[in-house]
Amino acid sequence: MLFWTLLKVSIKSLWANKMRSFLATLGIIIGVGAVIAMLALGEGAKKQITQKVASLGSNLMVLRPGQKGSQGVRSESYENLTLENAEAILHEVPGILQLSPVVRASAQIKFLNQNNLTPVTGAAITYFPIRNFTLQSGRKFTEIETRQNARVAVIGSQTANDLFQGKNPLEKMVKVNGLNFKIIGQLEIRGDQGWYNPDNQIIIPYTTAMNQLFGLKHLGGIDLQIKEGVNSSMVKEKITKVMRRQHRIPPDMPPDFTIQSQAEVMRTLNSISLVLTMLLGGIASISLLVGGIGIMNIMLVTVTERTREIGIRKALGAKNSDILRQFLFESIILSLIGGGVGIVSGFMSCHLITVFSSLSTLVRPLYVLVAFSFSAAVGIFFGFYPAFRAARQNPIDALRYE
Amino acid sequence: MLTVKNISKRYKMGEEYVIALNQVSLSIRKSEMVAIVGASGSGKSTLMHILGCLDHPDSGQYFLEGKEISKMNKDALAKIRNNKIGFVFQSFNLLPRMSALENVELPLLYAGHPAAKGEAAAALEKVNLGSRLYHEPSQLSGGQQQRVTIARALVTNPSIILADEPTGNLDTKSNEEILKIFQKLNQDGRTVIIVTHDAEIAGKCQRQIKIRDGRIIEEI
Repeated sequence: MLFWTLLKVSIKSLWANKMRSFLATLGIIIGVGAVIAMLALGEGAKKQITQKVASLGSNLMVLRPGQKGSQGVRSESYENLTLENAEAILHEVPGILQLSPVVRASAQIKFLNQNNLTPVTGAAITYFPIRNFTLQSGRKFTEIETRQNARVAVIGSQTANDLFQGKNPLEKMVKVNGLNFKIIGQLEIRGDQGWYNPDNQIIIPYTTAMNQLFGLKHLGGIDLQIKEGVNSSMVKEKITKVMRRQHRIPPDMPPDFTIQSQAEVMRTLNSISLVLTMLLGGIASISLLVGGIGIMNIMLVTVTERTREIGIRKALGAKNSDILRQFLFESIILSLIGGGVGIVSGFMSCHLITVFSSLSTLVRPLYVLVAFSFSAAVGIFFGFYPAFRAARQNPIDALRYE
Repeated sequence: MLTVKNISKRYKMGEEYVIALNQVSLSIRKSEMVAIVGASGSGKSTLMHILGCLDHPDSGQYFLEGKEISKMNKDALAKIRNNKIGFVFQSFNLLPRMSALENVELPLLYAGHPAAKGEAAAALEKVNLGSRLYHEPSQLSGGQQQRVTIARALVTNPSIILADEPTGNLDTKSNEEILKIFQKLNQDGRTVIIVTHDAEIAGKCQRQIKIRDGRIIEEI
């Protein structure tokens, strides 16, 4: 029988049982919709994480002192990173765009009657581009101010809000642990990152922080930005070499520092969110499987109910393969329609999720394709057995069936 | 044209076997009009199903136009049902929710015929149903439905028409009409085999084969 004729016959008999056909496709609709929505949720989470990590700075690498203690028990950090280390790295390792020594501590900041314990970051001016910080107003401190241990500070937007209650903080004097600092700039709002809040801090020259405010001899870390297109693991290796020489660590001893690159963090987070996506998609595809079983169920009923029709068709010269194809077509059409409507419902649920929750979704064309072809495969797989049962019936038994 | 030799068929009914046909031999020539007569349960329907390639005999041989049917595979049998034999059933066996035209088209579609629609319309025209092409079976009277069935049986131009109690469900007037159509088909050179328990119809046929308890008891 011709393809188009067969298609017409199948559609006709599906249309004749509208309600049943709809119920059969419902399982597939829900299945495909769920698969698409779940995959989109996972993908959206991945995108959100990637964006957050990227906003921290691009091509970022962070050198931190190692931690004392062993076997999982971690006490305080080594105090062994120095400005000399930073100099050596900057001069000896190729591929580094810029670098900033970083010290961090908390300090009491006071303006009039407002008094808060606030994180203070001491850094070089390169810290701003490395960490992707831009100013909302005012200016950054200068090279000269850094050299002169100037008491100037760039303030985070939340800190500014807390201290100045919406008034302009620029050119105001605040007391940090009792010392007078002048606010020269305010950072653009970045948003809470979960593990740290860049909007709640003040940034001052590292020289001022080390020599005047906290009296520190060692650095809390070194932040680096590597050049675009440079292999981060190669740079990491070279830094390790320089640091081992500087700290005189024998080759068989573990390093007393750690280097973390943004690329690595990104890879780890990506692999976590991939697992999440697969997990969600896997759970959703179970519902697609259940939908397929629903189609098989309906098709088996249909075949039994239409035994007499099968007998008539066989008496008129239908071959087993004609009957097989007719019923297979019906289940494939059911699952393809279910797949199509499922895609629409998947997109709709993605839309609803983004409207009614803070979760973001991202539908990838590949996932749509996968869900759709999976539904077609379900139609063929679960339609085959009922179709086979229909096809192999003896013509006279089918014709006599009441 | 059509010969069966020593065919037997039995059915399992619960624990027991019922013998439907017992060593039946029969030969029908081309262009004959034959009635197979017998009470219900005599085996006449089983014989017709075997002649129509809808059922296999348990033993014995069946030759149709010189070819041995009993050795053919399922697809070959489907092809024979499609283009050598036209069936007319007592209960019409039309597909519901399909128009008369679509019903008559079916055998042509299974044969892969290119101009099925025109042929089907012509066949319906022949049984005087040219004005009812797009009616569904439920919208037609019994006599009209039976004429659609006849058109469907004729449409592939088969050499044999097999009718199983074709008038069983019809009134007298329709009966006569249907019988006239069969006589006309026979005059056109087709072999017509009618299974019936109606003595009047059997009397209109050239030859009567009487069956009782799975055996041929009389030939007229």
